[in-house]
Amino acid sequence: MYAQMIKTARAGIKTRDEMSDLERDFQDKIDRDIKIEPRDWMPDDYRATLIRQIGQHAHSEVVGQLPEGNWITRAPTLERKAILLAKVQDEAGHGLYLYSAAETLGESRDELTRLLHEGKMKYSSIFNYPTLNWADMGAVGWLVDGAAIVNQVALQRTSYGPYARAMVRICKEESFHARQGYHAMMKMAFGTPEQKAMAQSALDRLWFPSIMMFGPSDAESTHSEQSMAWKIKVKSNDELRQQYIDQTVPQIEYLGLDLPDPSLKWNEETGHYDYGEPDWSEFFDVIKGNGPCNVDRLRNRVKAWEDGAWVRDGLMAHARKKAAAKVAAQ
Amino acid sequence: MTQVDQNALTQFLLRLGDNTLVLGHRVSEWCGHSPVLEEDIALANTALDLIGQTQLWLGLAAEVKGNDSSADKLAFLRDAWDFRNVLLVELPNGDFGQTLMRQFLFDAWQSIMLGRLIKSSDPRIAAIAEKVSKEVTYHVERSSGTVVGLGDGTDESHARMQVALDYLYPYVGEMFLSDDTDAAMVQAGIAPDPSSLRAEYDALVGKVMAEATLVIPDRAYTHKGGRTGYMHTEHLGHILTSMQWLQRTYPGAEW
Amino acid sequence: MKNEWPLWEVFIRGQHGLSHRHVGSLHAPDAETAIRNARDVYTRRNEGVSIWVAEAAHIAASTPGDKGPYYDPSQSKVYRHPTFFDIPDEVGSM
Repeated sequence: MYAQMIKTARAGIKTRDEMSDLERDFQDKIDRDIKIEPRDWMPDDYRATLIRQIGQHAHSEVVGQLPEGNWITRAPTLERKAILLAKVQDEAGHGLYLYSAAETLGESRDELTRLLHEGKMKYSSIFNYPTLNWADMGAVGWLVDGAAIVNQVALQRTSYGPYARAMVRICKEESFHARQGYHAMMKMAFGTPEQKAMAQSALDRLWFPSIMMFGPSDAESTHSEQSMAWKIKVKSNDELRQQYIDQTVPQIEYLGLDLPDPSLKWNEETGHYDYGEPDWSEFFDVIKGNGPCNVDRLRNRVKAWEDGAWVRDGLMAHARKKAAAKVAAQ
Repeated sequence: MTQVDQNALTQFLLRLGDNTLVLGHRVSEWCGHSPVLEEDIALANTALDLIGQTQLWLGLAAEVKGNDSSADKLAFLRDAWDFRNVLLVELPNGDFGQTLMRQFLFDAWQSIMLGRLIKSSDPRIAAIAEKVSKEVTYHVERSSGTVVGLGDGTDESHARMQVALDYLYPYVGEMFLSDDTDAAMVQAGIAPDPSSLRAEYDALVGKVMAEATLVIPDRAYTHKGGRTGYMHTEHLGHILTSMQWLQRTYPGAEW
Repeated sequence: MKNEWPLWEVFIRGQHGLSHRHVGSLHAPDAETAIRNARDVYTRRNEGVSIWVAEAAHIAASTPGDKGPYYDPSQSKVYRHPTFFDIPDEVGSM
């Protein structure tokens, strides 16, 4: 889940009796699957929760450029270089679509960027893990984007129109990401012994962080109830995680790699794969800022932003001069 | 088509392909670090075009060369002295202004060169030039627009762009040098004499720099040695170190 | 002075013969750059043959509160729709 651990702005859900007329109309629309649009009335908490969730989602896309960008200059063939670059470019695009959706709620991209850079907003923990060998490029596309797709396909039905539409566009592009990742992974898994070892290493390192992308288990996720009622969130963390694991295990088996978790076993009774519990203390550590790459990732983004200030200001100044000259000429 | 020395033709194609390979590599270094998302996406498009052009030029070079060569082998398995790109494209990115200035100075040359290559006597070269020139026409529009915007922006952006131009301009002349390889291309009607492109280039660059309120330095000196391979800058070796690392470390692997 | 680039709404004509459709938004300092940014952001997968951009601040929109008075009255004008009229098969297509 690109947006993890989003706290709903208020605690608990109001009953119909507690709602004002406006709130009741609003909830009725959501219950009837009518999309909420930017100028529609909405509860302040709905707006605030959405800004946090969409903003975090956008930040994840933007920071998410870095682990893969790390390998662009080392891509082993011209075609792989082009594919990887196009893929990372898409992440920037996704960030842009999502910031645009957040902007329809009255929050500017610059403001969201400031909150990210000051550590007041988060991005997905998955991007705080390092990419250490070329197979990581395959594994990120396959596992990380694969997990994102599971989450984002569900979010295409989210109640806020601009967010849902951004998801539709993003999902179309994501399937390219997952497929190119798996394709690169096949080359590695079926390649030389060294390549296969890289593939195994990538899978082993990224498996648990990937299944943690869906957030803590439902029992511990105290803030989803209101988000579910508002259809900001459409499926529970555990439901999505199980769906992801069920679809991914056969893909691991096809590659002929060892399963990254000894507890992964098909369960005839449930019709699902059993899996081992990830180390949630690690998850919370990474969220707190203690992941392997937290500091570097944020520093890189802040540096890009600060180094770019003169460019943004320069081009804006030129645009203003041109506009003034045009007015003067009239 | 006049029979042309195949070695000379290979050299000529390597010059085209190495220019786009090395510049594409440099531009791709920006991925994720641009001043604004829109620029990140635009720069990636430019880099993608350049990588695609590399596949075409080096692909043709490999075809002419024969012996089981391929675009990838040429890109990833030659050492620095075999590279034939002009020095301009291997210079470091510097700040965003230097990157865009380098891009414009190259785009301007490339667009004029491609305009001539569309009429090449070698239909393979003419076909590539036809396809690529559309991409490059857009590159010129975008990079010139940004150079103008930053040159005529704030005091700071103006100063930075002037520094970039002063640094890069001594590398411009190499694009217009001629040698025996070029003479062979002219002879066979494959490509123009590079020096014949200079006037058109000066006119285009002069117009853009005037709009950008930047001053073109006196071209008293020209750094050279890239397109002949005689003396690259120290930077090329570092580019190749990362670019070729996987292919060199795991020879024969497929990726 | 606030230096965030203005927001532009982007409209793309997907194919020849179709009208421009809203596809999203982006930031740019001026209209020319907005068009170039739209080309780079929104037509990477061959999605368009023509681009319009409009500064978001200049778009006027109806208010959601007007929904009833604006759009409901047309629902009762069923006779505007061709299917309202039964035409005998004998007269041919109409």
